[in-house]
Amino acid sequence: MNELASLVAATLSAGTPLAIAGLGLLVNERAGILNLGAEGIMLVSALAGFAATYHSGNDWVGFLAGAGAGALVAACFGWLVIWLNTNQYATGLAVSLFGGGFSAFVGVNYVGRKLSERSDFSIPLLRDLPFFGRALFREHPLVYLVVGTALAIAWFLYRTRAGLVLRAIGEAPESAHALGYPVRRIRLLAVVVGGALCGVAGAYFSVVYAPLWVEGMVAGRGWIALALTVFATWRPARVLLGAYLFGGVTMLQLHLQGMGVNIANQLMSMLPYLATVVVLVAISRNPAWIRLNMPASLGKPFFPNL
Amino acid sequence: MERCSMTKQLVLAALVGAATLAGCTQEPKKAEAPPPQPAAPAKPEPLKVAFVYVGPVGDAGWTFAHDLGRKYVEGKFGDQIKTTFVEKVPEGPDAERVIRDLVAQGNKVIFATSFGFGDAMEKVAKDFPDVYFEHATGYKTAPNLRVYEGRFYEDAYLAGIVAGQMTKSNVLGFVGSFPIPEVLRNINAFTLGAQSVNPKVKTKVVWVSAWFDPPKETEAAQSLINQGADVLLQNTDSTAVLQAAEKNGKYAFGWDSDMSAFAPKAHLGSCRLNWGLYYEKAINDVLHKTWKTETTKWGVKEGLPEFVSLAVFIPDATKKKVEEAREGMKNGTVAVFRGPLYDNTGKEVLAKGVVSDDKWNGAMNFYVKGVEGKVPSGK
Repeated sequence: MNELASLVAATLSAGTPLAIAGLGLLVNERAGILNLGAEGIMLVSALAGFAATYHSGNDWVGFLAGAGAGALVAACFGWLVIWLNTNQYATGLAVSLFGGGFSAFVGVNYVGRKLSERSDFSIPLLRDLPFFGRALFREHPLVYLVVGTALAIAWFLYRTRAGLVLRAIGEAPESAHALGYPVRRIRLLAVVVGGALCGVAGAYFSVVYAPLWVEGMVAGRGWIALALTVFATWRPARVLLGAYLFGGVTMLQLHLQGMGVNIANQLMSMLPYLATVVVLVAISRNPAWIRLNMPASLGKPFFPNL
Repeated sequence: MERCSMTKQLVLAALVGAATLAGCTQEPKKAEAPPPQPAAPAKPEPLKVAFVYVGPVGDAGWTFAHDLGRKYVEGKFGDQIKTTFVEKVPEGPDAERVIRDLVAQGNKVIFATSFGFGDAMEKVAKDFPDVYFEHATGYKTAPNLRVYEGRFYEDAYLAGIVAGQMTKSNVLGFVGSFPIPEVLRNINAFTLGAQSVNPKVKTKVVWVSAWFDPPKETEAAQSLINQGADVLLQNTDSTAVLQAAEKNGKYAFGWDSDMSAFAPKAHLGSCRLNWGLYYEKAINDVLHKTWKTETTKWGVKEGLPEFVSLAVFIPDATKKKVEEAREGMKNGTVAVFRGPLYDNTGKEVLAKGVVSDDKWNGAMNFYVKGVEGKVPSGK
């Protein structure tokens, strides 16, 4: 029972950064911008978060710095693809590679540094519940905040006027433009918000999850977050569930190994992507489904003057 | 469509450019004479020594330890030598290009510090008979190419003694990188060391399929701790496992370099690698013209692997046991793999009284009794 509780706790903790980044990417994809630079953005903000926490001694300053760095890189990306209409795929890949190299270059002096004492978090009273206390209530505050964020984004997208406008821009930017909405500025805003959330996820890795900085430490999790948005068919609640599922698969595989069950871990690390392909095939088989789920203008350039 | 074809052309152009470049660097077939030095004719030319690293020098692990070795010989030999290094060299075709470049720059001794550089070293060594090539953890030799490595498992055995005494749950955890003999030796030595003082000990192993992936190392450490392990060792290169143990109030060890600063409460000791000792010998061999092809394997006796920075809170009796084993390794009375030895299916792998040789060590593909699970790859 104790082991199961620990597995649940580890899953929550592993799924959280995926969920935060996935939600951020969901916001900008809903506005029609595909940001393949997630991995690079997360690396830059992992470094920014680590450096800020290192100098200030405060985790939250680190998260703010991570969000800021993520927003800044995303803003550059946004300017390139929205105003200069560079190809979103190529630019995203470039940002991804750039972020990896840039963070390694700037971060050289932070390798091997140690953050101040890490504090333990838990919710008083609830943490002492049998099973649930151990499974659910002894995590970093961000683990709980992400659930609130998912709810807030869902509410924003489906229950507010601004959310409706954002989705409209993702579906048909020309129509939104004709109605007088500042398509480019709204898209940029969505990209910046998405970048900031990816930034928080990056900082979570270097400040909370594995409190150290080394180059390339995000190690492909930005790509998992990208796959996650497709897997979740661009729905916030499903992003959250998918993140826990992907996180759970990783942890389960490690737990099984420790229990002596012989499963190739390469197979397990492939599973999230395989699941994404399955979902893609499933929704692509039915034209109505794909129209219903995928933002119609995703990845396409928009020229307001034509 | 047009954009698409343009991208293709660009990619093609880049490829052609890269190929031309690669061709250029392969041009010089003979080692060039060292560039003429106009000033200071009285002083002898410093011996130029180059190091090829697989990781960044700041990894606090494997490459960091090699770079400490480089700094050590720089301090020892002063202006007799001049060292350079290239870090983050991928194991593959790029390595050959880098090594050729280093030779072309006049380096007379090349140290390549990762297993995967073997093929590249072999090829380049053939073309430059007057340059000395040294390959860490490799097995291919030639008249001017030799290999060196450390018996890291002796450190793992000493760490095991501490682990066996400090564990309360009698479950140890090991975060492995890849199931190759080198790593299996460490797992088995760690377990045997622990069993030498505490026969009830069991070891759980989790593989992460990476030398360096801090989040995954953290997850692996966490899952071992969740399953009851309270002392961890790793064969991966970051400090993540140690920090995960610190967070959970468990114990762990540093690997490759002294990691005591990263986890003051969890750190029991560090398995440090003093590569400088070998580099000193190798450079001396070249300077004194006594260099010959050989396979060097240095253990605790020679001081290459060294178990250091034992935590102050470890009981004196335990420290004494470590000291005894260390002395035993030095005077030859303690061998890590000595029969009778059984694998974890109960099969005898080493008969009574037999001490393993390097060939046996190099082919290790099993867990000893006390390690749980099966070695991946279906053996």
